[in-house]
Amino acid sequence: MSFGALPDEKRGLVGVAFQSKSFALGFVLTGIFVLAGLISFVWTPYDATALAVADKLKSPSSLHWFGTDHFGRDIFSMIMVGARTSIAVAFVAVGIGIAAGVPLGLWAAARQASIVDEIIMRANDLVFAFPALLIAILITAVFGPSAINAIIAIGVFNIPVFARLARGAALTLWTREYILAARVAGKGAFRISGEHILPNIMNLLIVQGTIQFSLGILADAALSYVGLGAQPPTPSWGRMLADAQTMISLAPHMALFPGAAIVLTVLGLNLMGDGLRDLFDPKLRRSRS
Amino acid sequence: MTLLQIQNLDLSILGLKILSDVRFEVDRGEVVAVIGESGSGKSMTALAVMQLLPHGTDVNGSIRLDGEELLTKTEKQMCGVRGVDVGMVFQEPMTALNPVKTIGEQVAETVMIHTGASRAEALSVARETLSRVGLPEDRFPLTRYPHELSGGQRQRVVIAMAIALRPKLLIADEPTTALDVTTQAQIMALLKRLVDEDGMGLMLITHDLAVVADIADRIVIMKSGEVVEAGPAVQLFRSMQHPYSKALMAATSHHPVRKSPEVALHAVPVLEVRSVVREYALPRTSLFAKPGAFRAVDEVSLKIHKGENVGLVGESGCGKSTLTRAILALEGTQAGEIRVGGELVTTKAGASAAARRKMQVVFQDPYGSFNPRHKVRRLVTEPFYLMGREAPTGDALELRIAEALENVGLSSRDADKYIHEFSGGQRQRVAIARALITHPSLIILDEAVSALDVSIRAQILDLLADLSDRLDLSYLFISHDLSVVRAITDRVMVMKAGKIVETGETEAVFSNPQHEYTRQLLAATPDLEAALKRREIAAA
Repeated sequence: MSFGALPDEKRGLVGVAFQSKSFALGFVLTGIFVLAGLISFVWTPYDATALAVADKLKSPSSLHWFGTDHFGRDIFSMIMVGARTSIAVAFVAVGIGIAAGVPLGLWAAARQASIVDEIIMRANDLVFAFPALLIAILITAVFGPSAINAIIAIGVFNIPVFARLARGAALTLWTREYILAARVAGKGAFRISGEHILPNIMNLLIVQGTIQFSLGILADAALSYVGLGAQPPTPSWGRMLADAQTMISLAPHMALFPGAAIVLTVLGLNLMGDGLRDLFDPKLRRSRS
Repeated sequence: MTLLQIQNLDLSILGLKILSDVRFEVDRGEVVAVIGESGSGKSMTALAVMQLLPHGTDVNGSIRLDGEELLTKTEKQMCGVRGVDVGMVFQEPMTALNPVKTIGEQVAETVMIHTGASRAEALSVARETLSRVGLPEDRFPLTRYPHELSGGQRQRVVIAMAIALRPKLLIADEPTTALDVTTQAQIMALLKRLVDEDGMGLMLITHDLAVVADIADRIVIMKSGEVVEAGPAVQLFRSMQHPYSKALMAATSHHPVRKSPEVALHAVPVLEVRSVVREYALPRTSLFAKPGAFRAVDEVSLKIHKGENVGLVGESGCGKSTLTRAILALEGTQAGEIRVGGELVTTKAGASAAARRKMQVVFQDPYGSFNPRHKVRRLVTEPFYLMGREAPTGDALELRIAEALENVGLSSRDADKYIHEFSGGQRQRVAIARALITHPSLIILDEAVSALDVSIRAQILDLLADLSDRLDLSYLFISHDLSVVRAITDRVMVMKAGKIVETGETEAVFSNPQHEYTRQLLAATPDLEAALKRREIAAA
């Protein structure tokens, strides 16, 4: 990955981004679910939490596009509301990872090979050593299951990812001559990190952020599958899958649609991440044109 | 029949014309130097011979090796030519070798791939070849790894790989540009010896006329993808016809016109370094012993007076960069003190803004010296951070930017451009503008012209000379290139292994060096005029 690579000046980042097919496809896929989540605030075909036992386990039809579950809730509406929960959880969790991880990584790079660097990076190793799901279960076990705790749990395991990335990228930048020039101008490590380092590692962080976002969606689904995510009656994709498990032979659509939602969102985000990575690397960009 | 015959070679990449109608020949046992500045197409010509061109390249014309046309060969057939009939040596010995394989394996690999020889046979060929390039068995067994060798020794291994199968033609692309002067002279002598022994043709690509003056039989001068002049070396040097060749020749030995300096010996010196020591801890050898220390800078003292330009020369690893970083307060020191314009730099808290304001720096690499995301306006005003509240604002700031840019021969309109809109030489002007903007009394030029083409280098040297005359600046000019130092400085210091071994008036040191090491350096420095005289005497 090249750090100095700038997108074409004239078209700007967005204009260039859509030249990549995988970015465009990923953007559309992700966009559909984000849009569904946003619309669910004002409109859903049915109330996603309203029970209608008479209509339970209906197959997809013109009335219920994705059918209904074992309580007669409309699956299409639940997926719309679930999109909002999943995306919100993953988004805030990535936000926590960036907000805490990037400054830590930049700090470690600025104090390279000092005790501060050692402490930050070894603490990161420690967090990394725990499986993400285990941390999540740990946190929810202590504080009780809720969407907020799922966010914190996923966010915590994002911190070392961003800290390592930021440190690694920053270390190579610290040897650049324009950083030396800034040091000669008397600028401190804090100011240099903000002014020179951060803008130049931004593209890396955006790519990693997109990928962590998709991992966050998966992690949220896993947590709510085991009952540690958003609590009923709030619909969530993971719990919809868990509910579908016992009904799989009776009503396969109950598993199909939330499963497809997870797969497509994660696929969309990964495609976007890949597309962005290619675009930021001028060598790859040329070979694809 | 000549060995290599390039005729009417046209080459374009994605429609952009790179070479047009290139033609020259290389005969057996002949050294042909292809000379040109960056972008002249000299490396592309070499890659065309090897058929190692990037995708999207369109080639026309004819390249014949020993009568056989290379351009019509398939990739598979070319694999049988590369390494067997044509060997190649690249510029950067640090990256041309695989760091995880021993030097013996790397040389033997070429032999095994092309001849199908057994491992033992290949290794014995490798041994013999390494001995031929001056890496004898007792000191350089086949089991050495590249990181155990110096840059010059690595370049010898690269050469060994290229000549292991005794190719008919050797192509060397800037083989000594990354090396020190003394090593450069040795590698050139080695190449010449191999050409004489094996009777192979050598196509030597370089940007530096002086480097090849001693060994080239014929010279080909290229510019913008065309051959502008070609002929036997001495004859061509003595009677150049084309204006570009003449300009190139003039730029190589360019001496900017300078006023005699008015040195203020009794004023406070611009820079005073007193018995400075900088040590690096070595890795611990045992748990209980104190780790040793490597002295990069060993009790160095020096003074630069107002209005004086001082050169600091030495080879890589002599401590000159460490000393520079200590002066700029980028690194701490263990002993001694450094004062800039009377202000102490080596304090516990780091240099004060007042001290830093009096010095600025220009680095070697015009491409790495700027944050690519900022406009020139912001890049050149970075040092104003040192002035804190006193920094000019509004119209005063605009005036200072315009003044700095105009001082270096750019226009004030350039302030709104991004750095990637400038060429290498222009970027170095922006770097100088950044150094000038706080009106410092000392500018440290750390190999500031080493990465530039000779004609651009001449322009930047002129600019530097002009600035020091007009603005009453002092330079500390750090370089491994003695001819450049000679052109721009009043006084010179020679550094070796962390110590300054000789110091004096530049002309005096250069014409009558006292220290043995200075003599070695001077002897190794390529000198076009001297080389030509030697050859004319030899021919007569």
